[in-house]
Amino acid sequence: MKPQSFLSQNRSALWFLLSLTVFALIVTVLSDAMGNGMISTSFVKTLGKTLCLMLVAIAMDVVWGYTGILSLGHMAFFGLGGYMIGMWLMYARTEIIVTESLRAAAIPPTPQEIHDSVGTQIFGVVGSSEFPAIWLFAHSFWLQIAMVVLVPGVLALVFGWLAFRSRVTGVYLSILTQAMTLALSLYLFQNEAGLRGNNGLSGLQNLPGLEDLPQATLSLAFFWASAVALGAGYVLFAWVVSGKMGSVIRGIRDNESRVRFLGYHVESYKLFVFTLTGIVAGIAGALYYPQAGIINPNEVAPIASIYLAVWVAIGGRGRLYGAALGAALVSLLSSWFTSGGAPDIPLGFYTLHWTDWWLVLLGVSFVAVTLLAPKGIGGLFDLLGHRHPVPERVGDFGPDKGARRTVEGEEER
Amino acid sequence: MLRALSLVLTLALCLALPAHRAMAQQTGPLQALLQTHADEVASPGRQSVGPLIADLVASGLPQVPDFLNRWSDRDLVQDEATGLFYYDGTPPVDVDTGAPVRLDRASLSAVRPNGGVRRVISTALVQFQLSDPDIAARSAALDAIARAPEPDQLAPLRASLASETDPALRARKEQLVGMLAARFGANSDDRVAAIAALSGALSVEVRAVLNQILTTSPGVAETLPPEVNVARVLQVGDDIPIQDAYARLVDAGRAPPAQDRDQIKAALTANVAGGEVGGVPVGALDSETDRLRAYAALAEAGAAPPLVTQDTIEAALASHVFYEAYAEPDTAVTDAARAALDEVEQRVFFNQMLDLTLDALSLASIYFLAAIGLAITFGVMGVINMAHGEFIMMGAYTGYVVQQIIPDYTLSLIVALPLAFAVTFAAGVAMERLVIRWLYHRPLETLLATFGISIALQQLAKNIFGTQARPLTSPAWLDGAWVLNDVVSIANIRIAIFVLALIFLALILFILNKTRVGLEVRAVTQNPGMAASMGINPDKINMLTFGLGSGIAGIAGVAIGLYAKVTSEMGADYIVQSFMTVVVGGVGNVWGTLAGAALIGILQKGIEYFNPSNTLAAQTYMILFIILFIQFRPKGIVALKGRAAGD
Repeated sequence: MKPQSFLSQNRSALWFLLSLTVFALIVTVLSDAMGNGMISTSFVKTLGKTLCLMLVAIAMDVVWGYTGILSLGHMAFFGLGGYMIGMWLMYARTEIIVTESLRAAAIPPTPQEIHDSVGTQIFGVVGSSEFPAIWLFAHSFWLQIAMVVLVPGVLALVFGWLAFRSRVTGVYLSILTQAMTLALSLYLFQNEAGLRGNNGLSGLQNLPGLEDLPQATLSLAFFWASAVALGAGYVLFAWVVSGKMGSVIRGIRDNESRVRFLGYHVESYKLFVFTLTGIVAGIAGALYYPQAGIINPNEVAPIASIYLAVWVAIGGRGRLYGAALGAALVSLLSSWFTSGGAPDIPLGFYTLHWTDWWLVLLGVSFVAVTLLAPKGIGGLFDLLGHRHPVPERVGDFGPDKGARRTVEGEEER
Repeated sequence: MLRALSLVLTLALCLALPAHRAMAQQTGPLQALLQTHADEVASPGRQSVGPLIADLVASGLPQVPDFLNRWSDRDLVQDEATGLFYYDGTPPVDVDTGAPVRLDRASLSAVRPNGGVRRVISTALVQFQLSDPDIAARSAALDAIARAPEPDQLAPLRASLASETDPALRARKEQLVGMLAARFGANSDDRVAAIAALSGALSVEVRAVLNQILTTSPGVAETLPPEVNVARVLQVGDDIPIQDAYARLVDAGRAPPAQDRDQIKAALTANVAGGEVGGVPVGALDSETDRLRAYAALAEAGAAPPLVTQDTIEAALASHVFYEAYAEPDTAVTDAARAALDEVEQRVFFNQMLDLTLDALSLASIYFLAAIGLAITFGVMGVINMAHGEFIMMGAYTGYVVQQIIPDYTLSLIVALPLAFAVTFAAGVAMERLVIRWLYHRPLETLLATFGISIALQQLAKNIFGTQARPLTSPAWLDGAWVLNDVVSIANIRIAIFVLALIFLALILFILNKTRVGLEVRAVTQNPGMAASMGINPDKINMLTFGLGSGIAGIAGVAIGLYAKVTSEMGADYIVQSFMTVVVGGVGNVWGTLAGAALIGILQKGIEYFNPSNTLAAQTYMILFIILFIQFRPKGIVALKGRAAGD
């Protein structure tokens, strides 16, 4: 298959990349770093974070919308990626500070002394000074970058292998992934886990060695890194869900047994998708948390993964751009409403504060989307008339509806 | 003549006696007794006061305890003119009758027994308190002994045993006699016997006594001293870390202190001269080996104590023996105490297990209550209701609101339970009609839609009731605890929740298996199409079932709110556990939910027992266990078979 035919088959990928590039360029030109100051540094950070969330959302779409596994654990992988990069950021920065302060001493410090006082600095807040074993690679940037990929990847692989092997499917799998997320966040909450308990890792926005660079430049750099990662992720997943591989995983979504009887090793396909999306989620997290500046176990709590599913559902499952749009729209709206950006509505007898009522609105509109517009926002693109779904291959109705259809591509009732 | 003589004699006596000992014919028996020991009473000595007190006690006079008390309190005075004793006061009081006496206060001198004597007196007093007719006084005396046991309390306590009438106090006395005898018995055999008798007990006090006997102190010597009652010899490295062992040697003055990294660094810093230390340039001191080299040079020059090397430490440790020695020198006693303590601890362990089982049962019943509603909606109907936790919360808030209106806790509880059921039943039916009905064939979307409802409800509760926890006070009759012994006890509220769980188990089994509605529910569950053909309205049945499951969640909410705080997030705390309970137990089966709740409750308490300080870890391990459990029994403990399984 020639490369141009891949993109020509996936017009949406082409359009997505194009609009992403244009968007990134506009933001760059208007940003503080370029001297225009139309977009503040903090908003560039918000946009960069949103791009990371879009990346994890398309990963979620592949695993849920295409493969039919409603994973309520992908934000755990996202958080793990953040923790992994955070460990290096925290170690390296503290090491610089400690070396600086020890330079004034009468006798130059030994490497052991530097290591020990870095430990005291980092773990003093949880009443410890010893480095736990999981910080073994924290001193090395490249090893820790490898951990960003390996830790979420291995966790996804092991968990997925256990779950798919025993043929846990449907809601059971969802609950199981939620349990995994809960266990992970409870574990991270403990000081004994060695990741500073509920304090989490902080000060991640300061890059070691780059203290002289202004935050405006840094935030733009991270914005671009997130944009590139999102673009690459989009192309990767567009490739995964197209072609024969895509047909098989959609087949698994619509009728797992039938695909198994056709001779495909369903578990391997599911495991591949689960692990790959887990890794991408980890990478997205590693880009997200340096922009957020702090990570704590709350970020890994089950609720975060459920919100991820909400974004994808509102955006529209079964199409990558839908998931990306949903994540962008809902997370930006959410921060607008909760940060007090939305004006209060006086009702005479009661003033509606959006900070209080946003979650109610989100919950209700989410129910409405599920009930009335299962295609989500992405469904609006169908109305433009540019895209005619191919009934045999592309189902937009979600896994279970599809599974119950007597005739492929036709809606029940 | 004879009569006249006797009259004269009598008169003479009458006149003479007041002159010699005033009004001897009016003195009471206690005063008389005191007069026989007058000097000892007036200025008692700790060694010599014994016979006097023995006489006093032997006299059996009812005034004696009061006298001893006031004597000890320095409340006694002596008339110097007559030598008689009175209690101090204006006017002074007779020791026997308590009647005021006309006396010149100037001739009275206070009797001031010293501390040693007062201790002897108070010991003598104990036996009077121990056989005081007032039960409260006896009980107080026993408490005083238990608080501060003294060797000389043993004999009076033993003596008072025979006359004790109250069975509870008698038992308590026997226990105290045993404990005192174990510690202060006359000889080794007595103590061993007393200790052996203690091994049947369970209380904290007994364990404290045994531990007291078994108190050890660390020791170090070149060879094991023969006169010491050695508890155990410590192996360096295994029983005691090398650093600690060496520190013990240093403390005992048997070895020079070892320098740690900081001390070496401090010594080097103090001896920096001309940019170098001991011939090593300061800039090169950034490694351990260079620092040691510089320090060795310093030590050689006498500027620092010689470095204690690993070899020196090991040699010093090898030439010493480290041990723990009993404070009690008698080997027979310590051996007996060790054996008794082992036995007591074994018994305590069994009782702790019993206590743990009760705890686990109560936790299991809470999980059961939280999950049984879910078992109906999820298990029987196949509908995932993520808002189930919020129904629990709704029930708890209903209870809270009812308490605000009805101040009587018992009455408000009676009102709240059915009201919570009604409120959540209505909410459940509304949710089923509006949302779930449209999603019966899309379980994953049901999950998400109900989740949307859950966040909306949670935020709504926050907006109405605020973020702070609201109290749901239980009535007074639920406040206490059922105490079985020193180890095993369980709060009444937990018993009530257990009973409530049992009632609901019975109720649901009855509804599902014995009623028309239950039959229809089971029919619709297994095959809605066929059920509809048989004239059952599946829509109505689904609505009722969902309402029932939600209503039970409301009642569970009231029960949970009684022992935990009511917050808008309380539902979220239970939802994952509830799903776990249903999934582990086996979907579609009430017995499965029961088994799941029991398993999770026992498991959580069991893990907490091994790691009591860390409930987070307990939950983490429990969830991991459940994930693994699902691997081996994907359909749960009680798996449905055949057509009922639905696949």
